Amino acid sequence: MTARTIVVAALTLLVAAGPLLAPARAQDKSVFIPLLVYRTGPYAPNGIPSANGFNDYFNLVNERDGGVNGVKIAWEECETQYDTKQGVECYERLKAKSPVLVNPFSTGITYQLIPKAPQDKVVIHSAGYGMTASADGRWFPWVFNVPMTYWSQASAFVKYVGQQEGGLEKLKGKKIVHVFHNSPYGKEANPTLEELAKKYGFELTLLAVDHPGQEQKSTWLQVRRINPSWIYISGWGVMNQVAVKEAAAIGFAMDHVVGNWWTGTESDVVPAGEGAKGYKSMTFHAPGHGFKVHQDILKYVYEKGKGATKKEAVGEVLYNRTLINAMLDVEAIRTAMTKFGNKPMTGEQVRWGMENLNVTEKRLDELGMKGMTRPLKVTCENHEGNGLALVQQWDGKQWKIVSDWIEPMRDVVRPKLEEAAVVEGKKLSYEMRDCAKEK
Amino acid sequence: MIYREAGQFKTTYASDQAIFPIVQDRVVVALGVLAVFVLPTRFANEYWLQAILIPFLIYALAALGLNLLTGYAGQLSLGTGGFMAVGAYAAFKLSTAFPSLSIVIVFLLSGLIAALVGVVFGIPSLRIKGFYLAVATLAAQFFLIWLFNKVAWFVNYAPSGTITAPSRTVLGVTVTGPTASAAARYVLALVFVAVFALIAKNLVRGRIGRSWMAIRDRDIAAEIIGVRPLRTKLLAFAISSFYCGIAGAELVFLYLGSAETLAFDIGLSFLVLFMVIIGGLGSVLGSFLGAAFIVLVPIFLTNAPHVMGLSLPVAFQKQLELMVFGGLIIFFLIVEPHGLARLWQITKEKLRLWPFPH
Repeated sequence: MTARTIVVAALTLLVAAGPLLAPARAQDKSVFIPLLVYRTGPYAPNGIPSANGFNDYFNLVNERDGGVNGVKIAWEECETQYDTKQGVECYERLKAKSPVLVNPFSTGITYQLIPKAPQDKVVIHSAGYGMTASADGRWFPWVFNVPMTYWSQASAFVKYVGQQEGGLEKLKGKKIVHVFHNSPYGKEANPTLEELAKKYGFELTLLAVDHPGQEQKSTWLQVRRINPSWIYISGWGVMNQVAVKEAAAIGFAMDHVVGNWWTGTESDVVPAGEGAKGYKSMTFHAPGHGFKVHQDILKYVYEKGKGATKKEAVGEVLYNRTLINAMLDVEAIRTAMTKFGNKPMTGEQVRWGMENLNVTEKRLDELGMKGMTRPLKVTCENHEGNGLALVQQWDGKQWKIVSDWIEPMRDVVRPKLEEAAVVEGKKLSYEMRDCAKEK
Repeated sequence: MIYREAGQFKTTYASDQAIFPIVQDRVVVALGVLAVFVLPTRFANEYWLQAILIPFLIYALAALGLNLLTGYAGQLSLGTGGFMAVGAYAAFKLSTAFPSLSIVIVFLLSGLIAALVGVVFGIPSLRIKGFYLAVATLAAQFFLIWLFNKVAWFVNYAPSGTITAPSRTVLGVTVTGPTASAAARYVLALVFVAVFALIAKNLVRGRIGRSWMAIRDRDIAAEIIGVRPLRTKLLAFAISSFYCGIAGAELVFLYLGSAETLAFDIGLSFLVLFMVIIGGLGSVLGSFLGAAFIVLVPIFLTNAPHVMGLSLPVAFQKQLELMVFGGLIIFFLIVEPHGLARLWQITKEKLRLWPFPH
């Protein structure tokens, strides 16, 4: 036994013990939020601004306020390429750091994580995506869709079309085409659109585009043959730019093409050039970098060289969206602290915070987001909150809001949603909880 | 010195035909099997079981299936993903339609359904060979995925088009669904892999395997000596699809929990084919080595910078991982075109002489 052998053995032991030491880091004074991002692959054009928004907001909270009531936010990115298997691997790896809340940022991954949430005690916040049925908090206590679900969004779209046509009764006999990404995400809006087609008598055609959506010639040939009055697109990643280009190429009136809120950021319309002018998309917040929160980010994060992207990219549509998503996460943690004290929270505590989240107009003003989005309130029954939708339009240079706040048709969506929640909840052998007993 | 068969006399046909004729092999394999059943369930944490070991076992089963078809019978197939999807959707339909049916029987039945579908898509193999057959099986891949996407009956009319594994038990232990522990799922996957690897090993050593190899090496000569191409090729398709079908059912029930057709896209077919090629065509061990390589190396590469204490941007890390992974594939194909299984064979030969090489 020479000295060298001993050194090598010691080193080997050290390396072997390395992974065991890693999870201990989460014990210090911080709350851990894993970020499942996709900065590579066919969904990167949308994944990059989204990931940057999260990073910058968490950095802002840590740099400007010194964390949430003194508790720092810790986070770590993991690359999923928008692939469910890689996403699950990421989640399992980062689970060792005892996360309190996860933003899967992919409907497919959300579906994978929903069954795990109650066991792992991790809140799933799928902001404006994920499983619509999970907005019924009585069946899915751990999942939140704040500020809105796909179904609410689709109903808001139909309402908007009604406004443009001069009344919902004018929709009778009109043709609407839904071009969607052939995945759980793209299919989400279909039941609502079908329901509303029956109710208002418009002709709905569903056209699926297969992953990743680089080839859509045949789809748009069909669109041309149908010659619809309105087109609704549910796309993501590279599919968006192609869809916008193809719509422009067949000479369709662009102001009658409306993307859902995942089909309307800068990188989706810029490649189509002049052709994209007039293209519309749904949203739930204002675009641009003119809000106080942006100035704060530039001041506290970018001037310290901690920015996640270029200064010019601050204020892109998806960047703003994840700022709001991150803000809701942070506010949920803050709400939890009002009950449980200013210390690092557990998943269960953050779940309570999320369920009692109430972001008022005054709070938005304090956060520098006044006018950027609307006040939101979550309840035990209603996990999507009371979000309203907007329509924005691309004028060739920037996105502009062109509608008032649109109230989704909650009378149509909510009963359907509750029906679906029973079906989905039973699949996971959940039981409905009684919200009256929660308080 | 230690690893040699000198002094081990075979006095019966049975001992001559044993899978592992050498005592040392038998001991190592027996200990190995015992270890994989006991150690991970005791010591591995959930990340290891859920993210590494379970997918490894499932992919190994799929690779084994494809290896029977491509490696032993010489029929190139790109339809693996499609056949796995058949198994997964069949298992979903069966388990939701007959909730009291044991999940083991559900898996076996869905394997049988996949085998039937495999036979149907194997028929063209009688007329076309090589790359042309690959294209024909590619049709199976695209058709099956399209079918499951299009017909809502397969997903029980779920609006999202996803199938979710219901909770089922084996001998009182929950093995599928959200409440199943990773260890229980691991053991079930391991039992399936162990049993079917044993069956595969015996298949390829017997009459069926030999007729497959005869067809692979020269089909006309095989036909002349009395091997019936129709039966042999279709049997290869059936058994291969049976294995893939079970692997597909396990992929959803034991690993993912819920899935959509995207989980079975063409990428999966290629992945399994790469496992077979890297592991070694025509080798049962090769299927395992190939699956281990494809599953473990990317995960190792993602974790390596963390362990070394480097914090790289995730995008850069992913690109790096893809580059290194691609480089390793090329490296192994150049160094050992017959796959990792061949490397093990060479090691074994070296071991017999060690420590006194000529």
